[in-house]
Amino acid sequence: MKRTGTMLAGALIAMSAAAQAETVVDPQEVVFGEYGEVTEPLTSTPGDPARGEEIMVTKSAGNCISCHMVSALDYAPFHGEVGPPLDGVADRWGEAELRGILVDAKKTYQGTIMPSYYKTTGYVRPGVAFTSKPAEEPLPPLLSAQDIEDVVAFLSTLHWED
Amino acid sequence: PAFATADPDAKLVVNGEIEMVTETEAPEHLEGLRTIRSGWTFRTEETQALQMDDFDNPAMIFVDQARDVWNTVEGDAGESCASCHGEPESLRGLRAELPKWNEEKGEVYTAEMYINDCRTERMGAEPWGWDSQPMKNMTALISSVSRGMTVDVAIDGPVREAWERGKEIYYTRYGQLELACANCHEDNYDNYIRADHLSQGHINGFPTYRLKQANLVSKHNRFRGCIRDTRGVPYAIGSEDFVALELYVASRGNGLSVEGPAVRN
Ligand code: HEC
Ligand code: HEC
Ligand code: HEC
Repeated sequence: MKRTGTMLAGALIAMSAAAQAETVVDPQEVVFGEYGEVTEPLTSTPGDPARGEEIMVTKSAGNCISCHMVSALDYAPFHGEVGPPLDGVADRWGEAELRGILVDAKKTYQGTIMPSYYKTTGYVRPGVAFTSKPAEEPLPPLLSAQDIEDVVAFLSTLHWED
Repeated sequence: PAFATADPDAKLVVNGEIEMVTETEAPEHLEGLRTIRSGWTFRTEETQALQMDDFDNPAMIFVDQARDVWNTVEGDAGESCASCHGEPESLRGLRAELPKWNEEKGEVYTAEMYINDCRTERMGAEPWGWDSQPMKNMTALISSVSRGMTVDVAIDGPVREAWERGKEIYYTRYGQLELACANCHEDNYDNYIRADHLSQGHINGFPTYRLKQANLVSKHNRFRGCIRDTRGVPYAIGSEDFVALELYVASRGNGLSVEGPAVRN
């Protein structure tokens, strides 16, 4: 089942004859491939790499650099070393694999320490963000469907320079 | 990242006389680590230096405050700690074995629990809050008189059940980030997570003086912070679960020296 939300970009809708419906794959409905990849995009809006970059360095969003070093994001302070450096990651993985790692990295790497960014159930003593207050499942996912598409778009630009 | 990491061979000697074991073979019951290292070895040279002399260690102000309280009569019985225990030094050795089984009460006891029993049952005084200033000060005093002694917490006999529970907590992945103590302090010690240099998470330095907070921090307060950072719901400070976790974590440090009150960033 797919959830349908209305795109806020009213101007765009006005311009096109048919109202554009934005489709979003629900966290419970994501389909994984054999190796944890997710082939189908989570939204119908193509990812925006600039926004994806912002999400990766923002502490309250992806906070990816707390674990990963990324040379292209050198301007943002303190890259961690808990995960592998992401330089050249687009040469190692395609979009579907990157999306799968973002949605639920445990499907690609069994038992990995990397958080599942688009998973809403199955947690032990989950809290409301960092408040220590108990949260009811399903939780809001760590990143939205569009956030994930945007981050995948940014990661897809990380080729080794030749 | 470009941080000033301290010399890995640096030796911790306090006041030019108390020699600390900051690195040694892991106890047999600890399968995940070969070598255990005090949190001191992960700090910068500047922070390390503060712990090497009591005149520089900001925690010692709180220890002095606790010495005054030790000698002060409080409560209906008209007693002070000193009336029964003499000098605080009479408790030398205790910190190295805590938490331990309290035969009379039939449960695992921490320093806080012993102190409050004496206050309520023997002095007729109000109990101190687990995380209150006077309690942190007194546990710092009691730790300080055991500095340099080898941590040697019992894990068998009547404490076994609590130890197993503590171990279970240590390896459980909590919160929406699904992180266990072991993910950070066993699998990733010595790595940076953002700006933090991950240690092995031992508690031989507690209560620690945290420069960031300019105050002493209790063990349970640290546990609470670490679980909160997983986007999880921590157990309550002073709860049976955290006492069990304290026992288990303390036992991972068997072989290190009692350092508390240590200095951390
Ligand atoms: C708590 C640590 C942590 C965080 C936070 C984290 N990751 Fe990871 N990530 C890892 C680890 C560890 C691996 C390696 C997988 C394994 O073997 O466990 C990994 C693997 C990856 C890979 C595959 C790398 C390769 O070269 O094969 C990508 C891509 C990735 N992460 C992207 C991200 C993005 C994007 C974010 C933020 C939205 C993020 N990670 C957040 C720990 C983390
Ligand atoms: C009226 C006497 C009395 C007073 C006052 C008193 N205590 Fe005690 N304390 C005892 C006795 C008796 C024990 C139990 C000794 C035992 O079981 O071995 C004890 C045990 C302890 C223990 C555990 C020692 C161990 O080896 O297991 C600590 C710690 C302690 N007291 C701290 C304090 C502090 C701090 C104060 C003051 C705030 C205080 N006590 C006041 C009599 C007293
Ligand atoms: C997301 C990573 C993470 C997790 C999970 C985590 N911690 Fe920590 N912990 C840290 C960081 C960062 C510090 C500060 C740097 C250091 O001392 O390691 C710290 C510090 C500590 C310290 C202080 C060590 C010292 O020498 O001052 C203790 C003790 C500790 N943690 C215990 C635990 C326990 C017990 C758990 C599980 C209930 C836990 N931690 C889970 C990241 C984590």
